[in-house]
Amino acid sequence: MTVSRFERVGTYLVLGVFTIFALYPMLSILFTALRSEVSGQGGLHWENFGKAWTEARFGSYLFSSLIVSVSVVAITVVLSILAAYAFGTMHFRGRDALFYLMLLGLTVPSEAVVVPLYYDLRDLGLTDTYASLILPQVAQSIAFGAFWMRTYFRSTSRGVVEAARLDGAGHWQTLWRVLVPMGRPALVTLIVLVFMWTWNEFLLARVMITSEALRTAPLGLQFFSGRSDTSVPLLAAASVLVALPVVVLYLFLQRHFIRGMVDGAVKG
Amino acid sequence: MAVGEPRRVGYLYALPALLVYVAFLLFPLLHSGWLSLFAWDGLSLGTWAGLSNYASLFSEEGAAAAFGHVGVLILFFSVLPVCIGLVLATALHRVRIRGLPFFRTVLFLPQVIAMVVVAVAWQRIFAPDGALNFVLGTEGKAWLGDSATALLSVGIVGTWVQTGLAMVLFLGGIGKVSADLFDAARLDGAGPAGEFRAVILPALRGEIGVALTLTVIAALRTFDLVYMMTPLGGPGGSTTVPAYEIYQRAFHTGQVGSAAAIGVVITVLAFLVTYVITRVAGRERA
Repeated sequence: MTVSRFERVGTYLVLGVFTIFALYPMLSILFTALRSEVSGQGGLHWENFGKAWTEARFGSYLFSSLIVSVSVVAITVVLSILAAYAFGTMHFRGRDALFYLMLLGLTVPSEAVVVPLYYDLRDLGLTDTYASLILPQVAQSIAFGAFWMRTYFRSTSRGVVEAARLDGAGHWQTLWRVLVPMGRPALVTLIVLVFMWTWNEFLLARVMITSEALRTAPLGLQFFSGRSDTSVPLLAAASVLVALPVVVLYLFLQRHFIRGMVDGAVKG
Repeated sequence: MAVGEPRRVGYLYALPALLVYVAFLLFPLLHSGWLSLFAWDGLSLGTWAGLSNYASLFSEEGAAAAFGHVGVLILFFSVLPVCIGLVLATALHRVRIRGLPFFRTVLFLPQVIAMVVVAVAWQRIFAPDGALNFVLGTEGKAWLGDSATALLSVGIVGTWVQTGLAMVLFLGGIGKVSADLFDAARLDGAGPAGEFRAVILPALRGEIGVALTLTVIAALRTFDLVYMMTPLGGPGGSTTVPAYEIYQRAFHTGQVGSAAAIGVVITVLAFLVTYVITRVAGRERA
């Protein structure tokens, strides 16, 4: 296809405009984070990040987020693999009904269940604990996990499973020694998506958590931004710290993010 | 079709996931439906209210306003990004773009950043001393503090977040269209508009459906953005949304039943949106 130079230039011009539109808010917050707290003072002020980490306690908030996110990812991945293995490779009565029951969870907005969850967990004495963040988010992610891994299990050739069987492997060994190692790409996608959803979650933490020690990073940022004595550069530095883990993960594994969010998007 | 072999042990494999799912998602959802039938302040004993919580959602101004605002947000979260995405994909597909992975990475980036961070970044832009006033020459205007512009401002942030998603989806979809189709359209004398109608639109039906579903549901669920950018529902309550009403009613104004009813309504809407768009776009079940 021959394309005129005019068209070529126009294309890059349009792409450039949208790239700037996408980048500007992020770059501006990054530059703000490096500004001095005293207006008029120049130079790069990396110490803002240190101050956000210690004085504004974002070290503690990020740690809470890490505990919650890693727990949700670990539990979701294991339970999704087990359930998807059953739904994708075995045959038992009610299998499809159970699977579709789980698929419903893909569409239920978490905003709709946060109210009953609060009262249910309060009755169990679980509000204001990590468990009150972990368990509901596992439940929300597991629908996607079971769906995503089932697609993988159904796409693997039956020959692989039969070969493992001939070697004397039972269903447990076949799963963990053969299918899971082969399914690394699908698993990585699942892991990064669940990590991102959990890391960025805000409403559940807003509702469940009252102790400062348990605040997750997004919740900490909301409190910090609401304080009247918060300086703009420190708020920007804290924002960068909150966003950074997912952004770094995204820069290395962007194919997984895009594939998971786009392909896994509409599940029927 | 009978995939897999008969195995009772399947129940055991599925059990742990089902237990957590039922206990922490399905049961709360049903519980929400139950709570929505009571007038309850969260502390004392609730009284049976039947469907009156739902009935008052239609008559009462606060709820109607919240759902109306979502309607506006859908324009910014869904319609605008899909239109921009389509125009750009059409304009861009003719040129082999060098550095496409770079552009894709950058354009998709807003999708992965926590909404609370997005809110902080855009609050600065909309501030009286922010970049928007500088660009427009409107000195000292508080875009988020004015009931005429607050919702619009939140909407623009939605467009910023979702446009990249639409573009990445459509550029991917257009890349799969065979060049022959474009050649055939051109031989038939189709201009850019004809090409768009005859080739691109039909080819991207599935992608448009995905983009609409994702973005409409994102608009329907908006909470973090309005809660952070416009505290207390914005100036004159101009940026209240259903999720904000749920939070406010359940935990601040002692209307748990009404909050649960709104939760049920947005769940039903989410299912409807998914169902209708999937039907219209005619996407095969994965």
